[in-house]
Amino acid sequence: MSAIQPPAEAVWWKQPLDRVEGTWIAIALVWSLFMFIMMPLWHIYGKQNLSNEAYRTTPQAYMAKAQAMVNQYTVRTETAANLPVVRPPPGSDVYLVGRLWQWWPLLELEQGQSYRLHISSMDWQHGFSLQPVNINAQILPGYEMVLTITPDTPADQTIICNEYCGLGHHNMTGKIYIVEGS
Amino acid sequence: MNKELFRTCPESGLQFHKPAELLMRSNAVLAVVILLVGGITALLVTLTRWPAVHLLPADRFYQVLTLHGVNMLIFWIITFEMAVLYFCSSTLLRCRLATPRIAWLGFALMLIGIVVNNAAVLNGDASVMMTSYVPMPANPNFYLGLILFAVGALLGCFVFLGTLVIAKEEKTYEGSIPLVTFGALTACIIAVFTIASGAVILIPTYLWSIGYINNIDAAMYRLVWWALGHSSQQINVAAHVAVWYAIAAIVFGARPLSEKVSRTAFFLYIAFLQIASAHHLLVDPGLSSEWKIFNTSYAMYLAVLASMVHGLTVPGSIEVAQRAKGFTNGLFQWLRKAPWGNPVFSGMFISLIGFGFIGGISGVVMGTEQINIIIHNTIYVPGHFHATVVIGTTLAFMSLTYFLIPVLFRKQVMLPGLAKIQPYLFGIGMMVFTMAMMGAGTLGVQRRHWDMAFTDAMIGFDYPASAYTFMGIVGISGVAAILGGASYILVTVLSVFFGKPVGSESSYGFTTSTLTRAEPIIVPDGGHAAAGKWGFAAPGTFLLAIFFLLVFVLYYAVNWKYLASVWPMS
Ligand code: HEM
Ligand SMILES: [Cu+2]
Ligand SMILES: [Cu+2]
Repeated sequence: MSAIQPPAEAVWWKQPLDRVEGTWIAIALVWSLFMFIMMPLWHIYGKQNLSNEAYRTTPQAYMAKAQAMVNQYTVRTETAANLPVVRPPPGSDVYLVGRLWQWWPLLELEQGQSYRLHISSMDWQHGFSLQPVNINAQILPGYEMVLTITPDTPADQTIICNEYCGLGHHNMTGKIYIVEGS
Repeated sequence: MNKELFRTCPESGLQFHKPAELLMRSNAVLAVVILLVGGITALLVTLTRWPAVHLLPADRFYQVLTLHGVNMLIFWIITFEMAVLYFCSSTLLRCRLATPRIAWLGFALMLIGIVVNNAAVLNGDASVMMTSYVPMPANPNFYLGLILFAVGALLGCFVFLGTLVIAKEEKTYEGSIPLVTFGALTACIIAVFTIASGAVILIPTYLWSIGYINNIDAAMYRLVWWALGHSSQQINVAAHVAVWYAIAAIVFGARPLSEKVSRTAFFLYIAFLQIASAHHLLVDPGLSSEWKIFNTSYAMYLAVLASMVHGLTVPGSIEVAQRAKGFTNGLFQWLRKAPWGNPVFSGMFISLIGFGFIGGISGVVMGTEQINIIIHNTIYVPGHFHATVVIGTTLAFMSLTYFLIPVLFRKQVMLPGLAKIQPYLFGIGMMVFTMAMMGAGTLGVQRRHWDMAFTDAMIGFDYPASAYTFMGIVGISGVAAILGGASYILVTVLSVFFGKPVGSESSYGFTTSTLTRAEPIIVPDGGHAAAGKWGFAAPGTFLLAIFFLLVFVLYYAVNWKYLASVWPMS
């Protein structure tokens, strides 16, 4: 019973390593360092990185920008609630609002084009989860996150809320339609 | 000279200080009662997430899920850890417990905190999940309960530290403290840091909830809250690794391969834990990539390294002990001949395998800055942490309990047949459960979500049929694991309250003995590794470790590949 007894040697820190330990530590360390380097490498060579561009904002200021975009680029309305579907020009700034319990407005983006997608919350924390492509981000009130996205698949996407935000959490959805460029 | 009452356990030779013994028993019993509450909520939550059953209505689901999270993750584990701390200090060091009265005060505060917090959630206005992310408000008693509990646990930590000081002063042991106590000390130091972080965030949040503070920044809350939330997981890891070492020592007489390596690995947990909370914030706004990469990896991978080291040295020490007993055939005779029918061992070994292969690998993968984009807040996340905190910590504590029932409670284990299969039912059930959750999460199924079918949503979404299959497996295997958990509670409660006493009435006296050093190792001819192969003392363990690494590398690569298939983003 020795792990529950004091070490046999008074100067246990001088006890030599067993070879099995030394070898494994070396291997594990190399692997750890490799995994560390992968992340900066992916920033250089990979295509899926968050820019981490973000600004402080207020619900009022953010809503004003989103409303301006909706006024300018709404192409139609949908659902019983007449939600606007907005088709902003490629390359432009797109404002998505998360609030209890919807993602507003619905968006229509062109396949293969890039957009600067801004997202912020008007109230509590929300989770932006784009399905089925499976892109997830945390959305906070007071912070405006900017993601430059390039939809390169044709399937329409549903935005699901994946941060618990109260009773209507599971009903908080939105839509990004993907259309062919004109 | 000595005025304190002790008894010596005839079977194990462990020496129990009377007040410490009562405290350990009370903490362990309270922990099991909470586990029962946690288990009932687990059943309700699981039956709701099982699409074919979908038991609870939405509001109840979120309420019960909140109860499940706080009771399991915070109350069950930390209360049991208090018993472990007292055991690793007073009992292992053969020392009187420092200030039992303060320890009782801590216990009372923890109990009151649990009741206050649970009452708030049951009241219906605190269904905010254990994370209670601001600005979603909860009944102030929710935070107050957590604060009281934390203060109580902090007192327990101080009693542990005080006991170490007394043991040193009164020279109750020779040389350095045992490795297991060192592991417990690691857990305790991390706990003090954790509780301090908790105070920094929960006290202002409490004041905010009663109207004294206007606004709490959501990003700041997450940063500080996860210094609590992540570090507390590191307490669990340190504690259950200490339990693994203890069980290896108790069942096999195993000694650490080298004290230096194992202790350094524990130290890495302390050195690198704080910043590892970054891996919860990888897709949060307002933090730079440099910050995220440095903090998720630099810190995390050295803590990961530490776990990989323990993952080798714990089974390695068992292998060496078994080989010394003559189980030297081939690479794995030592493992085949292990006492698989003894739940103390089988539970510990399943805990080790599940923690490493499932919890460890998935944790590192999803803690990679970019890969987190495809995993954050999906049900993959509970899949990961049920492997760490349920298979790892909870199962390790369960197997320790089977040792404690005769030794600490002086009772025979009742229903030994059930006790024998319990670790398998619970452990294997949980392994299937966690992997099925990860499968569903990879398909984008969300955590903390009442309705994956979006029946009432204005805009719906259809998950592929395979996602429903995975969630069905989650339901079935979850129920199996819950039966395993229920067996544990049944065996424990029956044994402790209705079991036959072991041996004679334990008698208390004033004599104590000093804890002596371990016997020096008798190095066989041809060096330490003579009983092994390739110059390795533990070749079978090494092979297992290499297999682990291969799985790790493969799974890591698969996830990068999956990430490369999603939309380009910058
Ligand atoms: C057989 C045992 C258990 C089963 C079947 C089970 C099942 C579940 C399920 C289905 C969820 C909900 C996932 C979701 O919808 O987000 C959940 C959440 C959770 N479980 Fe368990 N669980 C078990 C034991 C435990 C234990 C022992 C612990 C801790 C030690 C634990 C900690 C948690 C935590 C922290 C959450 C997350 C709560 C939240 O999202 O706030 N569970 N569990
Ligand atoms: Cu939401
Ligand atoms: Cu939500």
